[in-house]
Amino acid sequence: MLLNNLLRAACVAAVATIATAPARAADISGAGATFPYPIYSKWADAYKKETGNGLNYQSIGSGAGIKQILAKTVTFGASDAPLKEEKLKKDGLVQWPQVMGGIVPVVNIEGVKPGQLVLDGQTLADIFMGKIAKWSDPAIAKLNSGVKLPDAAIAVVRRSDGSGTTFNFTDYLSKVSADWKSKVGSSTAVEWPVGVGAKGNDGVAGNVGQTKNSIGYVEYAYAKQNKMTHVDMINAAGKRVSPTSAAFQAAAANADWAHAPGYYLILSNQPGDASWPMTAATFILMYAQPGDKAASTEALKFFDWAFKNGDKAAEELDYIPMPANVKDMIRKTWAADIKNK
Amino acid sequence: MSEATLAPPAGGRTTTANRNMVLSSLRNGDRFFFWATRLSAWIVLLILGGIIGSLFVGAWPAIREFGIGFLTTQRWAPNAQPDPVLGGLGPIYGTLVSSLIAMVIAVPVGLGVAVFLTELCPQKLRQPISTAIELLAGIPSIIYGMWGFFVLGPFLAEYVEPALIATFEHVPVLNQIFKGPASNLSLFNASLVLAIMILPFITSISRDVFLTVPPVLKEAAYGVGCTTWEVVKNVVLPYTRVGVIGGIMLALGRALGETMAVTFVIGNSFKIQTSIFAPATTISAAIASEFAEASDVHQSALILLGLLLFVLTFIVLAAARLMLMRVEKKAGN
Repeated sequence: MLLNNLLRAACVAAVATIATAPARAADISGAGATFPYPIYSKWADAYKKETGNGLNYQSIGSGAGIKQILAKTVTFGASDAPLKEEKLKKDGLVQWPQVMGGIVPVVNIEGVKPGQLVLDGQTLADIFMGKIAKWSDPAIAKLNSGVKLPDAAIAVVRRSDGSGTTFNFTDYLSKVSADWKSKVGSSTAVEWPVGVGAKGNDGVAGNVGQTKNSIGYVEYAYAKQNKMTHVDMINAAGKRVSPTSAAFQAAAANADWAHAPGYYLILSNQPGDASWPMTAATFILMYAQPGDKAASTEALKFFDWAFKNGDKAAEELDYIPMPANVKDMIRKTWAADIKNK
Repeated sequence: MSEATLAPPAGGRTTTANRNMVLSSLRNGDRFFFWATRLSAWIVLLILGGIIGSLFVGAWPAIREFGIGFLTTQRWAPNAQPDPVLGGLGPIYGTLVSSLIAMVIAVPVGLGVAVFLTELCPQKLRQPISTAIELLAGIPSIIYGMWGFFVLGPFLAEYVEPALIATFEHVPVLNQIFKGPASNLSLFNASLVLAIMILPFITSISRDVFLTVPPVLKEAAYGVGCTTWEVVKNVVLPYTRVGVIGGIMLALGRALGETMAVTFVIGNSFKIQTSIFAPATTISAAIASEFAEASDVHQSALILLGLLLFVLTFIVLAAARLMLMRVEKKAGN
């Protein structure tokens, strides 16, 4: 008798849940890159306060984001490594850049302050290849006269998971080092010659923070939030630059989005005296013919809101908003390519 | 059921009818019990078979692509052009070696603690130490991982590893195994964390079986003048070997499959290096850090690694059983 009653109660409860589920406002669901996660979550907070609609963004990595959107478990996927136009066409996806940022090398060496150390692309590549194994190496000393560096082994920290940050970082190293290009190459996960692997931007930040005499690479927001020791770089023009919004912006200013099919554009090693060499855009992927049109419309509303109101928040976290003309181009792309009606 | 226990006839029914009723209800109860337990046993087998089957199906594309070479290839390049090259040797090596080092450290220490607790420890200390060891077993593995990452790793890299490297610098072979530079994240650190994690299993099981040794046996040994060491070696351990080996195997099983704590401290590198201070990876650490990103044959290769871990654990357990049987036979003669 008791069991019967319990069963009945459970049935009633189940029916009630099913009936009320659609009435609740569905959160916008997305998954992908960890690189833009700090800014997406900040935007999501503000958007929720304004509209009551939430964003459920899982920062699981670019590769996983692409996998999730292909499996149609999320409304949008996010990736730092853009997909080529043929791939977009094949899978019926639309891609656009949402925001830009910088990747910075970070170190943990006793006595070295942020911005004190400077490296050029070749030296950075050699460190990550294991060719330069000690901080006292003449190649580093030559660039850093006056900085006291220990005679200690360099502990390289890199990603263990597939990563858009890795894609942009290794793309830069491939452009500046022929040796890197032929032996390691660029992709979301490469065969690292040396180093320990850590999961996610936060994992690399944590490992570098823990390990003496280490070097890693993270998105600038992670370096800033964790108060890490960043390294200055010698850029393509041969000038020393610090990772600042201005330097990221200078690199982004060169980008020719209008002539990049599917917005496929990689911003590493851009010319210009003030350009930060490891600047990257992060991309959103959505279906041209979405299965759930209402969810797709909601997601686009959020991205449009972010273009309109999100620039200040982005700048606070040292991301670079897309230029106004590019935003208009992207809005046109939405209207033309995504069939929400 | 004897007749004496049956209730006296009631409500006009005969004794025989009454007895039949009781007996049949007992029989039904027994039958129900039989089927319920049998069903449970079948469900376990079914689940086991299902897991093996689905692992095999998932791993099939990788098996077809790489074949037996998967076991001997060290290169792990999911994004290689034109085709991915994936070999499982690195994680298999890391799994076996990290478990081996962990066992080498944990077995003597764990047995030592158990002997101390049962033979030597003052009565007052016995309970607090036993409770502390059982608490160690209850700590979630992620906590061990964090502790290994934040506390043990930096400590080892700062004090222990440089000392070991310096000590063996001029000894051939050993200077390759204990080769610098010292690192926060390495095979050695992962093994040490594993050793600490499995220690309570060995200790608490050994302690429990040591307590089953009849006092009269030990007293007899002491009576003819044995030292404590001789009593442990000649009476306690031979009497309890089955239980002790069981505890060790349980610990080894845990060491082989441990994921989170290892992923935190091993450094996730697929390259096999002779130095135990170099980063490595294990099967479960590789799966944990790459599964979310993997697709196609990469994902299938990770599932194949999972299947191999399954097989590895099975072989270890089977070997333990075999060893146990031989020990029994020898003791029987």
